[in-house]
Amino acid sequence: MGNEPMTDDLDDGMSRRRLLGRCAGWAGAGALYTMTGGVASSISLDAALAAPKRAGGARPFTFLQISDTHIGFDKAANPNARGTAIEAVEKIKALADKPDLIIHTGDITHLSTDAQFDDAAQILSGLGAPVFYVPGEHDFLDEGQGKAFLARYGKGAHGTGWYSFDHDGVHFVALNNVANLKPGGMAHLGEEQLAWLKSDLAGQASSTPIVVFGHIPLWTVYEAWGWGTDDSAQALALLRRFGSVTVLNGHIHQVIQKVEGNVSFHSARSTAYPQPAPGAAPSPGPLKVPAEQLPSMLGIRTARFVRGGEPIALIDQAFA
Amino acid sequence: MRLKFSILRRAALVAALTVPAVAFTTAKIEAATPAKVQAVAIKGFAFTPQVVTVAPGTTVTWTNVDEDPHTVTANDKSFHSAALDTDDKFTFTFTKPGEYAYFCSLHPHMTGKIVVKAG
Repeated sequence: MGNEPMTDDLDDGMSRRRLLGRCAGWAGAGALYTMTGGVASSISLDAALAAPKRAGGARPFTFLQISDTHIGFDKAANPNARGTAIEAVEKIKALADKPDLIIHTGDITHLSTDAQFDDAAQILSGLGAPVFYVPGEHDFLDEGQGKAFLARYGKGAHGTGWYSFDHDGVHFVALNNVANLKPGGMAHLGEEQLAWLKSDLAGQASSTPIVVFGHIPLWTVYEAWGWGTDDSAQALALLRRFGSVTVLNGHIHQVIQKVEGNVSFHSARSTAYPQPAPGAAPSPGPLKVPAEQLPSMLGIRTARFVRGGEPIALIDQAFA
Repeated sequence: MRLKFSILRRAALVAALTVPAVAFTTAKIEAATPAKVQAVAIKGFAFTPQVVTVAPGTTVTWTNVDEDPHTVTANDKSFHSAALDTDDKFTFTFTKPGEYAYFCSLHPHMTGKIVVKAG
């Protein structure tokens, strides 16, 4: 597969069959997902990234997802998680298509210490676009159960840190499913947050594209490892009437996606270390891989909305 | 546990018969409060042993050997650790008989139980 500008083809309404045919030889570092017709398919990342910005027409609106930076992690799976977070920031700054905004889907720090939050803030301050955060469980493990996170990122948020905002016709909803977790359960939203979500979505037209982001997957990826959200069905019921819902999360340090009606779910790579595929190891702990393999398992994600067109594209970019 | 206790009692009795008063006192204290400890490993996102039965007064020590942090949090919040990083420990002494269910508040699918039972 060459370095042809695949994104232009997508914008022109390339058929899925043709797209898949052209992707037959790809087995590389990342993938661009399109949800045309509700079916995810992938094409080369390198080609998509190499695409020149289109001349004329509406500028596609893009935003970026970064996740699980785990600032402070220094174990065998990646002794330099700080360095790879910096590498992610450099890659984002080098993107030809500048994101309008960035979402961080949690586990900013490894242990919620002030020093780690300070370091993360300093590293991420160079991104050149506003960053919207949700906490991971690693950001909520201080004695104050999120006090450190909320002091930095909770201004204007509700409850334990949920909020919404609009950008260019897209409604973004930031959820916290790592607070007040129940014994034996998985991630949890709670009644207060669900009630807020209901009232927040009530004012939105069904045609408004919705992006929901939170740390732990809102669909059950693997219950035995707690990779899901106990009360997500109630949130998804509220989202069902919308024509386009994209749910972005982190936590599991790997790209996994699922499409359910008009809702597409996508988990992202970490910038710090990989985790095993669901059930592929005795536990979900950090996955140690040969050093040369690590960059292919870390990454960032770009999301692109093409105005007036159907495809919503996610580009998952691995470090190598 | 009972066997060890009776051996200590016998040692105390022997001590009482054979050593001066000061040493006797020391031996008596030892016999009345034998060291009751129990270790629980936090390993592979699980508490091992998951259910453990101990005598009242037992001090349980949890040690996290995972690369991920975990907590030890009673379901009823009657005791809880801070976040335990790799090799961090948490100890708690159980004085009253009863069943103490706990979990990891970061990974709530991780659950365990301490059963405190006399005799």
